This record gives sequence, structure tokens and C-alpha cells, in this order.
Amino acid sequence: MSDAPGTPLDAPVERTGSAGDAPLVVSSRFDVADGHTLDVYRTSGSYPGYSGLAEALRSTPDQVRETVVAATLLGRGGAGFPAGVKWGFCPPGVWPRYLVVNGDESEPGTFKDRLLMERDPHQLVEGALIAAYALGAAQVFLYVRGEMPHAQERIAAALNEALEAGLVGRNIMGSDFSVDVVLHWGAGAYIVGEETALIESLEGNRGMPRLKPPYFPAAKGLYLRPTIVNNVETLANLPWLFHHGVDAYTSVGTETSPGTRLIALSGHVRRPGVYEVPQGTTTFRDLFEDDRYGGGIRDGRALKMFIPGGASAPWFFPEQVDLPLEGRTVGGAGSMLGSGAVVVMDETTDAVEACYSLVRFFARESCGKCTPCREGTTWEEKILERILEGHGRPSDIDLLLDVADNISPGPYPVAADPSQGLDAVPFPPRQTTICPLGPSSVAPITSAIRRFRHEFEARITRRDPIPVAVAAESVAGEPVGGPGV
Amino acid sequence: MSERPRPVTITDPVTITVDGRPVEVQRGELLIDACERNDAYIPRFCYHPRMEPVGMCRMCLVEVDTGRGPALQPSCMINVAADMVVDTTSEQVAKAQDGVLEFLLANHPLDCPVCDKGGECPLQDQTMAYGPGESRWVEEKRHYEKPIEISPLVLLDRERCILCDRCTRFASEVTDDPLIHFVNRGSNTEVNTFPGEPFSSYFSGNTVQICPVGALTATPYRFKARPWDLERTESTCTTCSVGCRVTLESSRDRLVRINGVDADAVNWSWLCDAGRFGFEATNSEDRLTEPLRRVDGGSFEPTRWSQALGAAADALRSTDPDRIAVLGGARLSDESAYAWAALTKGVIGTDHVDAQLGDGLPVEVLDLPGATIDEVCTPGGTVVYLGPDPKEELPVLFLRLKHAATRDGVRIIELTPMATSLAPYAALGVHSRPGELAAVARALVSGDVPSDGVAGVDADTLRSAADALAAASGPVRIVVGRANLAESGQVVLDAAVELAALPGATFLPVLRRGNVRGALTAGLSPGRLPGGGRLGRDDDAWSSRWGSVPVSTGRDAFGILRAAAAGELDVLVLLGADPLSDVPDRDLARRALDRVPTILALDTFVNPSVARAHVVLPVAAPGEVDGTTTNLEGRVSRLRAKVTSPGTVRTDWSIAADLARRLGSPWSASSVGALRDELVAGSPRLAGTSWSDLEGAESVDGVLADLSGVDPGRIEPTPPPQIDSYSLRLVATRELYDGGELLRRSPSLAGLARPATVGISVGDAERLGVADGTPLVVRGERGAITLPARVSAGIPRGSAHLVHRLDGSDPFELLSAEQVACDVRVEIA
Repeated sequence: MSDAPGTPLDAPVERTGSAGDAPLVVSSRFDVADGHTLDVYRTSGSYPGYSGLAEALRSTPDQVRETVVAATLLGRGGAGFPAGVKWGFCPPGVWPRYLVVNGDESEPGTFKDRLLMERDPHQLVEGALIAAYALGAAQVFLYVRGEMPHAQERIAAALNEALEAGLVGRNIMGSDFSVDVVLHWGAGAYIVGEETALIESLEGNRGMPRLKPPYFPAAKGLYLRPTIVNNVETLANLPWLFHHGVDAYTSVGTETSPGTRLIALSGHVRRPGVYEVPQGTTTFRDLFEDDRYGGGIRDGRALKMFIPGGASAPWFFPEQVDLPLEGRTVGGAGSMLGSGAVVVMDETTDAVEACYSLVRFFARESCGKCTPCREGTTWEEKILERILEGHGRPSDIDLLLDVADNISPGPYPVAADPSQGLDAVPFPPRQTTICPLGPSSVAPITSAIRRFRHEFEARITRRDPIPVAVAAESVAGEPVGGPGV
Repeated sequence: MSERPRPVTITDPVTITVDGRPVEVQRGELLIDACERNDAYIPRFCYHPRMEPVGMCRMCLVEVDTGRGPALQPSCMINVAADMVVDTTSEQVAKAQDGVLEFLLANHPLDCPVCDKGGECPLQDQTMAYGPGESRWVEEKRHYEKPIEISPLVLLDRERCILCDRCTRFASEVTDDPLIHFVNRGSNTEVNTFPGEPFSSYFSGNTVQICPVGALTATPYRFKARPWDLERTESTCTTCSVGCRVTLESSRDRLVRINGVDADAVNWSWLCDAGRFGFEATNSEDRLTEPLRRVDGGSFEPTRWSQALGAAADALRSTDPDRIAVLGGARLSDESAYAWAALTKGVIGTDHVDAQLGDGLPVEVLDLPGATIDEVCTPGGTVVYLGPDPKEELPVLFLRLKHAATRDGVRIIELTPMATSLAPYAALGVHSRPGELAAVARALVSGDVPSDGVAGVDADTLRSAADALAAASGPVRIVVGRANLAESGQVVLDAAVELAALPGATFLPVLRRGNVRGALTAGLSPGRLPGGGRLGRDDDAWSSRWGSVPVSTGRDAFGILRAAAAGELDVLVLLGADPLSDVPDRDLARRALDRVPTILALDTFVNPSVARAHVVLPVAAPGEVDGTTTNLEGRVSRLRAKVTSPGTVRTDWSIAADLARRLGSPWSASSVGALRDELVAGSPRLAGTSWSDLEGAESVDGVLADLSGVDPGRIEPTPPPQIDSYSLRLVATRELYDGGELLRRSPSLAGLARPATVGISVGDAERLGVADGTPLVVRGERGAITLPARVSAGIPRGSAHLVHRLDGSDPFELLSAEQVACDVRVEIA
């Protein structure tokens, strides 16, 4: 789920193309041959490479930040918080500060940052430099997911090129601005996508989240210094923004969510891929059915459900397909746009199996710090596994919901269900844990049980008679009827 | 759990509402502590008041409203702020806490009936109090190999572990021995060591004490008792002189466990493993249980107390007091030490008494203005550390100093012959040539640094240290002890006197033996009377109590041994002393003990010196003694007897009282309390430490004696020794695990000593062409020792390092009481 479906390295990927109505802000070099090299970066795509940085360096750091605030550049990592406002959270006068680039993209269904890092590494470096300039960061740490060696190599090569060209290091582009960029490879943990766990990992510790407060990265981040953690795509927007200006940027998308978003579309559509779409004006229906994007549900089947924002997001159903791809709207409808990973499931999908598959992921990736997540996610996994193996008990459905409630005290965010007359519960969920990983595991459970309870019940009550041979075997060996009874 | 909330003084009060009641608390303190002090105890597993909170177990979730509506928050991570409204019992809170408890129990084995923790287990207690009574968990539980040995002293049962991060946090945060850590993920997370690297920390037993379940067990206690069978009493550890408060726990009249008590001024609940597990020596089968007398053939024979005491009294009565001497006393309680001071100085009339064995410091060090551990650790302060490696000799003091340096910004300047365990946390390391410490101290105080340095320390280092002292905010605190056994203690005192010129300087003397300060304060030192009194100045106070006091100042330990070796002594009393092992001049000790006609020994075991005695009186061991002890600061705290002594063993003070009676003295002692009060009544500096003073709840962690300085009199500076450029100068130190009596008699600790090496500097190793492991001969005037080399960056060029009392390493064979420092030749064997 975490990889782009079936695209060999550097093969052309599906994307919007110049459809006339929206510019390509971040993906303009995805299909440009050698777009990852400095020379091609400078001469191709929707802006000349490093022109945005040159523009930014002509302003003061504060002006750069104000430009980003004016553009309402929303964070693309999941929470959708305005990046310029976030930069302003660093306590004034406290130095050194750090910029950390979160390239630990590992949400199941998400594979957009990987393309940004592999296909246009200079764009990311340029964006990070603009942000570092605005922040006055002493160092930039580029944290790239451990399982993305190609991205690591491309960024390393880009940094070397940039260093030789005087774009990184001392006196960048002949200015007074100097900053070093450190490339750090992850060691393979989903939780490190969470910013405080990423900081722990960068410090050389086991990746486990820190509690906020007191460890808000902007105040007490890397080495307990003020630290801004930004997503790869967020920073990749900056070169275009500074080359074309705020007005051009805000003319795309909606007023509250300007610009474009990269959407990683996967699952049961004809053309899965990474698409750059204007925020807020594109609907899920456009995304699934438009020939520029998904091109319809595979084999002409009907849509059963979809995940609008990565594995952590509560599920949507056919009633929600006309919602726009816009953070607040999706949040109000009971889910989240998250990291822009849309997973489509058609009518042949088994809701219990899908739920199990997602919960198992969270159980395996729980870092083990908070008791409810560490023990609760595994418990959920074991109950679902038992149900799938035919050893479910009628009480298991309520047990699942109650275990979920002890990880994320309800009511849990969920989409409206007009057929049952149920309203949506808006995002976000509450949590008994430090970070949202544990509560994320609850999303598939509450979504699936509320909508498809009958599928769970069918699994539980449909129990085949025990064959004689197996029953005889059980006398000599393993008991029949479930483990651990 | 038994931890006390973090101590707090309310200087910046704010009012918060806890369960509907307004309460006044300190701004910024942790909510969990604020609630506990105000009768709203919040259940917890991971929070420990002496460690940084991690908010990991989630048991302490409560509803906190800071104006934006109530939200579940871990109270161990929330700093209180004005007008906070806290609900610790709401339905939401109860549901969340019940949920956490259920999660913790999901994989927890129900082996409470065979678990050592059963009966004192926070998880069990919480479950009994609030648990649902029935489990909804029908899946198979986690299984691990049960238990695994993470160190020779600690076993880990991973199935029982609830992953609270207490032991792992302790290892990394408190002791900086990060040898245990989480491995794996999710519900497969476990605590473990790295393969082949055991959790060999001097403090490993603390992890057992703070484990909230039965996951960590200590080999000496495992399966020995059930908590409800244990009897407990609070006492003080006397393994070294830090004076950690402990609980002595016994079952069927045998000590089975010692746990640390959180004394805020001293040990913060921590103990070292030697102090925690050394109780095994009290239970040892090798204990002396009846008096022994040497018979004509030269072997010992059991005898009756009346005969043994009679023989001792006869020897004392028939000998000129000037030909009687007493060595030792640091093992004794304050009261026993006082009783022996009264017996020797008052009844017998000799002043040849020394509680130290030439391996401490001149008693004048106690006359310097005193500093407490807390004062030394004052946040932002500056400390000159002039003592032994604290981790090896005073382990819990090491924890306090490390905490002060790493958390409270205390700048430590090491002024030691080689780098100690404090080096990683110290601001500066000044490592001078043995014998020349005073010159270094003089340079630091005056700031007058010759360009070629002083005593092997380069000028830059000295200048930085002098600058740091000059820039110190507030008075400088000086920790002074015997860092090098191969260097005269007088040299250290000389340096301390130089440092006393720093404005407001105060001193923490770190003499290492259990109650050495108590013994010296009780008068077991030549020229001294109890309570810091001087012979010739304070005679009246004591002659009125004892009948008389000696007419002239007597000899110290080296003097006593020299006199004995010269045939000038007829009776030598060993009060728990082993001069053959502990006097840093093996030859002198041997000659002395060979020559003295009568040796009386009071001891718990037959050590090498006791083996030479003529009358041996068995005495009570730690855990069997009531009384008080005085720690290195001068803090007096209670010792309590928990178990009955074996055989006919008696206490040291009652032996002194019996001998006084047999010698026809009017002085007598009736009880420990009466002895204490007699000592305090005659000692103005001990005011406030009478027997009844120490019984009050407020004095549970001990009472400080008067620490203000007194004029030590004239101290003759020692001339520095000549430098022999062909030699290395010897540094002899101790380690926590050595071949000492306590360790040898504690089965769990015996065998933990490291193999002996000879340490040399990187520079000397290059010069000699030596690598780690190369066999080296260390040759002194008196003998030679062959050991493998250990090349260390912490040793300055020109010095060689040996450890006392390890197998094959006996630096005392090379040392002479006549030398200020010891030069040795080191060459490849």
C-alpha cells in the first residue's frame, strides 16, 4: 500500500498535465528527463530553478515569512496548519534554531513525497533553503525515510551539486546567508513521521513521541532548541510561490485553501497515481471519475467506501463523493484530508478484511510507549484475526468498540450515515495517548462497524460445523475453539 | 507506591481546584505531586518523583480544565498553573484509568502466587482496588523465556514487565549506565540488554526497588520471603560514609532485603549494590559467634565471655597506659565509639587511639567549615573535587554530584591525581603529580600560574581552573578526601588549607569508612575529646564524667604501629580494624602486629589481623545494632536493630562498659540512649542530636551537627617530594567491588571484582611500547607487582595506577608510611 502502484523508477507517472485551468506548482518536472539534475532544474518546469530562492534572498527573513503567511500555505503533512504562522511560533531571540524536513513519508496510501524527493530533489532543497532563511535556522536536517534509498541518493546528489554551485553552505548565492543541510536516513519506523518522534530519532534515540506540552518543537525541539518541522510537499511549494508571487499562488484553489495538492490515489480505480489538483475546487468524484485522474472505478464496479486521507483517516462512503478536496470540509464531515492519500475500495471489498488489514498495520507500528496504543492496537488486531478465522464471539463487536473507546474516548469522528439517520462526528478524535497513532487504529474499526456491522455479524454467526477429522485431531493436539481460552 | 512526592517549598503559590476543593500549590510543580500532597493520590506506574516524567503508562490521566473545557491529561507531565480545575475521579477519568489497567493486565501473567512482588505490587494493588474482577482478554498472552539474567544481580521476567520505562530511565538518566533499553515494537516491545553487554551497573539494585511489578528481581532476595511475612525498620547504611537511609527487612529473624528510603538531604531513595546486598555478610555462616582465646599451641579456642573479658581486663589493668593503643572504630555506632573513647581515654588513660588507619586524612580536616551534600549541589554553584573516585568509594554521592552537574548547572573542577567517574560531567579536570597538590591549590587560589605549569599540570588548564574559581557565583564548595592511598593524607590537608583562602569556602570531608566521622567526633583520635573537644583545652567537661583524661597527646595510626614495631606497646586493641589489609604500609603493619605481645580484637569476622589476636570478642554486625551513625556531612541518624545477633555476640559499647566495670572505674554505661545523651551533654557542637531529638518524625532523615569551622591550629605544610625522572609516581585507589571483608562474605557480590591491571598514561605507554594487556612489572623500593597494562587517557603522564585489594594487585606492599608519595619503575615484564 505504501508504494506507488506498479511504476518503475523514473517511469512517467500519472498526473494532471497542463489541463489549462490550473498550474503545476510542485509536479512540473515529474516527467522531465533528468529533472533531478541542477542544470535541468534551472531550465525546465513551471519556474526556473533557484529563482525563488534568489527572490527570497532579496527580502528580509521577516518579509519572507510574511509572504508565506499571506499565501496561506497550509502544511501538507496532515494537520494542514498554515506554515508561515507555524514559523512564527519560535520564541524570539532564542538561537540556534533548526529546520527539520520531514521526509519520513510512511502513511499507508501515501507516496507523493517520495516522488517529490526522487524526481525533483532540487525543488525540495530550494524550498528548505527559503524556509531556513526565513527562520534564521542554523542547520537544516533532511530526514528521509529509511526505505527510500532512491530518494536518499537523489537528494544526496542534489545537495552535492548545490554545494558546488554555491547554493548550499557558506554565503549562498553570494549573500550573507549561510546554512548547512544535513541528510539523515531513517531506520524504518512509521511513528517517526510524527514530528516529536522524528526529532528523537534525529537525536539518535529510539523513535518515540514526546508529549506536547512541554515538547512543542517550535519551543523545545531538536536538542531542546526551537525547531520547525515541515513536510516535504509544504517546502516544495516555496520556489514556485516566490517566483510567481502571492497573487498567482492564491488565485489557485479556494480562499481558505489556496494552491494545489498532490493526491496519491490508489485502490480500485482505473488509473491510480499521483495527481496535482487545485485545493478545494476538485471533488472526490472528479478525482475518481475524471479521465485526467482516476478514470472511474475499475471494471465499472460500484464504490463501496474510500479513505480520504491515508490509513489514519475515518472512512467515507458514496454519500461523501461530492465533497471538495479541502481540509476543513473533510474534517467537518468526519474525516481528514491528511497527507493526501486517497484509497478507493469497490463493492467487492470485504469490510472486515479491510479493517483488519489497517488495524494490523497500526498494531505493528505502535512504538510501544503509551499503554493504550501498545496493548490496545494488538488486542484489536487479535480480536479481528479471531473473527476472520471463524472464532468470533457475538460480544466481540462491542468489545472492539470499547477497546477502541479506551484508546480514543468517544465519540470518535465518523462520516454521516443518512440511511440510519446518523450525523457526522467532526475530526479530530480525543486520545488517551501521546500521539495520534493509537487513535488512528480506531478509525477503521468505528467506520467499518458503524456502516457494515452486518458483515461482522455474518462472520461471527457463520460458523461451519467442525469436521470430524479436525475434531478428532483436537483431542490429541491443539484445542478447537480459539486460542488461549 | 512507597515513593514520597517531590519535596517542594511553596515560594510562588497559585490556587488550583482539585476535586472541587481549592488548594494552594507551587506554580509550575507537577500536578501529580500537587494532588498527592493535597489528599488526592493519583494512581501511576511510570512516574517516579526522582526521575524525569515520561507520561508513558497513562495511568495518571485526569481531567484538567485550563479554561478550554476539561480534557484528559497525564498529571505527571502537567505543570500546575493558576486557576487550573482538576477532576481526579470523574467518570471519564475512571473509564480511562480502568482501560489502562485492563490493557496492562492483558498480557500480564497471573503468576502472583509465585511472584516476589505479590503483596507489595502496585499493579496488583490497583487491580484489587479498582479492577473489574474478570478479564475480557481471551487471546493468548505474550510468552518470553522466564527469567533472563541481565546482570549477575538482577533477573528480568519480560512477561511481567509493563514497560513503564522506570528501570531504563534510571539506567540512562540517573546513573548514566544506559545498558538496558527497549527493543522491538508495539506489544512486542521488551526491555533488554545489548547482546554480551550485561547491565553491570553499581546501582542495578535500584531498578528492582522501583519496578512497579515483579519483572525485575534481585538474586539475593528472589524466592526468599513473601512481603506479608517481612518485618521492616528504618535505619542507615554504614557500608560507606554517605549515610543512605534504608529499610532493613527481615523474615524469620534474618535480613533478606534492604531498600532505599527517600531522604531528601542524602540519598533520594537510591542505594549502591554494595550497600543494598552487603547484608548477606550479616547472615554469613563465617560470623564470629563466641569469644575466642589463643591457646598455647597458637590456635584459637572458644571461650566464655567472662573468661575472655577477664583476660582482656587483666591485660589492660597490668599494662602501663602509655603502652596500650586502640586502632579502629569506624565500624562502630556513635555510642559504641563514645563508650570506647570513654574507656580508653577516661578509664584506661591512653591517648594512643585512632579510628583511621593511615588511609584517611588528618583529623583537622573536620575543623574546616563544613558543607552539606545539598550545599555542594546548590544549583549554579562551583565545586572543587579533591577526593577519591566517588563512584567507587561513595557511590550515592556520585549520583548526587552527577545530578548537580548535569541538571543543576554545578561546575565541578576535578583536582585529582587522575580522572574519576565525574570526569564526563566535570567542567575541568586538573590532574597533578601526586605529592604536589598544595602547590596546585595555591596556584588556583592566587591565579599566579607559572608558564611551565605546576606539578605536571599545564598552565592553560590551571588558568582556566583559576578563572572558573574567580568567576564562581556564590561560595566555592570543596569536597576533600583521600584520592590517592599512595600519597600522604597530609598533602591533601595542606591543599585544603590553601583552598580555604577562597572567599566563603566550605568543605565536605569525604572520609570513606562507614562511621569514621562519628568515631572521630566521639573522640577516637589522638589529642581529641568527644564533640570536637581538644585534649588540654576541654579536659574538664570529660574528666568530670570519666574521672580523668590522658595527660598528653597520643600517637596516630602510623605512630601506634611504629611504636608497636619498636616494641613500645604491650596491648593493641583492634576495634573492627584490619591494619594488615588497610594500612598503606604493609611492611609496617606486619612488623607491628608481629611484635605486640597482646592483641585484643572486636570483630564480626576473622580477618588477617584478627587472626593474629590473642583474645577475640565477637560483636554485632549492621542490622543488629541500635544507636546512631554520623555521615560524612556530620548528619546524625538512627541505626536500628532488626535481627538478633548469632551466638553470644555482644555490642561494642556493652563490652566497653563491662571492661570499665572490671577495671574498677566509676564510669559506666547503661544503655545506648544514655550514652548518646552523655555524649551530647558534654558536646555543645552536637546540640540537637540527643536520643529523644532523633526519635521525632521531623528528624527521620537525620540531624546535622554544628558544622561551623574552628581553628585547626598550626598545620605544618609537607615539603613536596623530589622528582625522579626515571620513575612513575604511584596512584593507588579503591574500587567498590574489591577483596574486602564485606564483599567476600556476601555471596552475591563476591566475584564481581574486576581483574587487576596497572594503568598508565597514553604518553608513557607509547614511550614504553606498551598496549592494553602487555604484562608490566611495577617495582618499588619494597617489592614488585606484575600485572597486565591498561592504557588510559584519564591518567596523567608520569603516573601509574594500581587498585587496592584486587586479586594480584596489592599496592600497599610497595608503600611506606615515611614517604609523601611513592615512586615506582614500570617496565615490560
